[in-house]
Amino acid sequence: MNRRNIEEKIFITLMLASVFIVMGSLVLIVAVIVLNGAPSLSLEILTQTSEGGFYLGAGGGFLNAIVGSLLLALPATGLAFLIGVVIALYLQKDFMRPSIANFIRICLDILWGVPSVVYGVFCLTIMIAIGMTGGSLLFGIIALTLLEIPIITRSIDESIKMVPVGLKESAYSLGSTKVETAMKVVRRQAMPGIIAGVLLGFGRGIGDAASILLTVGDSNYFPTSLSDQTAALPTMILNLVSMPDQVVQNKAYAVAFVLLMIVLLISIITRYLTKKSSKHIIK
Amino acid sequence: MPSSTLSSLFKNKIVLGGIVSLLLSFLFLFLLNNIILFAVFLIIFIILLFYNFITVTRKLYDSLGSRLMLLVTASIIFAFFLLLAVLINGSLHILSEESLSSLLFSSTWKPFSGEFGLFAVIIDTLIVTAISMLIAVPISLLSAIYIAEYAPKRFRNIVRPFIDVLAGVPSVVFGLCALLVFVPLVRDHIAPFFGSSISSGFSLFTASLILAIMVFPIIISLCLESFNSVPIALKEASLSLGATKWETVKKVIFRASGPGVLAAIFLGFGRAFGETIAVSMVIGNQELIPKSLFGPGQTLASLIASNYTEVSSIPILASALIFVALILFVVVLIFNILGYLVLRRASKRWKY
Repeated sequence: MNRRNIEEKIFITLMLASVFIVMGSLVLIVAVIVLNGAPSLSLEILTQTSEGGFYLGAGGGFLNAIVGSLLLALPATGLAFLIGVVIALYLQKDFMRPSIANFIRICLDILWGVPSVVYGVFCLTIMIAIGMTGGSLLFGIIALTLLEIPIITRSIDESIKMVPVGLKESAYSLGSTKVETAMKVVRRQAMPGIIAGVLLGFGRGIGDAASILLTVGDSNYFPTSLSDQTAALPTMILNLVSMPDQVVQNKAYAVAFVLLMIVLLISIITRYLTKKSSKHIIK
Repeated sequence: MPSSTLSSLFKNKIVLGGIVSLLLSFLFLFLLNNIILFAVFLIIFIILLFYNFITVTRKLYDSLGSRLMLLVTASIIFAFFLLLAVLINGSLHILSEESLSSLLFSSTWKPFSGEFGLFAVIIDTLIVTAISMLIAVPISLLSAIYIAEYAPKRFRNIVRPFIDVLAGVPSVVFGLCALLVFVPLVRDHIAPFFGSSISSGFSLFTASLILAIMVFPIIISLCLESFNSVPIALKEASLSLGATKWETVKKVIFRASGPGVLAAIFLGFGRAFGETIAVSMVIGNQELIPKSLFGPGQTLASLIASNYTEVSSIPILASALIFVALILFVVVLIFNILGYLVLRRASKRWKY
């Protein structure tokens, strides 16, 4: 064997070792949550709110956190989708000079890279300025919307780039206006990307703890108005972990298990819907 | 025939909606007794009816629609600068109380006695980010190469979705695992192995470890994308010249997908640098200059998470935390711009 083959062998060994490390650690993470979370899961814990000493080892569940998380992530995703899809459609050459569009893309990339805690601080600053203490559902939604806009916009933008120019040109040649082409032709063609982007944003939004932690406070009940404090799954995990009692700490794994399942479900739905909607695409 | 054109007109939902809203606004104006506006709208309505109706509404719709879209697009730029402005405005308070140099280069963080030195926290942040990237980058690159070039197709088809799913797992879940697995591991095995016997397990090294694992899926999935976009002809040309597979990877694939790999590393760096919750769960939350890797520390992001509850009792602490958030934002800003410039140069040089 010459030197080149030996080098190849060495690097293949290294690669196998690193694949093993990566897959091992990732499987470990999932296994730890599933093995610790699944046993402490029960119907009671899923269908009751945390009033009456859930944090103290008594009964109760975390339904209010599930509802709270959905009430935060669903409106935020909806808002971010409405804004994101419009921006992504507008960033095309038809509407905007590419140099300006690229500037906006860089801004969006920067916003994507900004740690979510910064959005939390931003909303906290505004809350302090208007004299609101403790947190509210509204500011949680605003923080999550800001967090999700760059994610959704950039992934829709990437899929719109793939739309063939010929398709747009034939729409124009049939006499449709720019907005009609964008809203009817390009949107349908980019549908798989839009679905993937929206669900990606939803997954990030429902799992993000840092921005929620600073803005929504905590509550043992269902939120009834936008100015209410609310519980959410990620913040509830943090609260449970900080409790001294081991039994209470173990409930954190059940909450994490539910969160993990939601993320998994979103990813399965994404796969299904992208496959389904890409049937209607003109290649 | 006029009747059929009329019915097709009403089938168009936009036109129908326009007519209904116009009629409603007539009613409204009539109720308000504003005769002049009523007359103006009536004239516009009549002109619209007689002048090629559909063309006008469609053009109106187009121009209104694109204005609205421009407005939304402009609002995101506005939001970007608003974010920056609010953070700068919020940190003016602390900057007027203390000098910038004492904030950045003093290492005592005692909010209750009014000392806000961030030096120790900045050092900790640099150490944690650097170590996590040192662990994550080589391992992720090697595994990405294996998955893209060497692995059998079945393995690849299983691994790729798995990695994509894991890229979306919330950070708090990673933090929880780190708490259960890595903290005892570092306390009982890794720290004694490196000769520091008294470690609680809540340490800089634990945080770096969990950050590295969080960054794996991000770097790998982006690298896979750029490896896969290398044209097969390039690989085949290299192999046909007698290069081994590893030589092809090293000299052809890496060069051709260089910008993509760099972008992946930048993104991973950004995630590790700004990660808040997972870090604050395992790092020990003490603002100290580290004596060893196995001692407790605090990063910029986790400083915010562990101090925000006192904000209402100490007003200037709020300003200090906003200043920390400003540092995070500015570093991400600078890093993104640098990354953009590097990528632009790299993609010019590494053209194939």
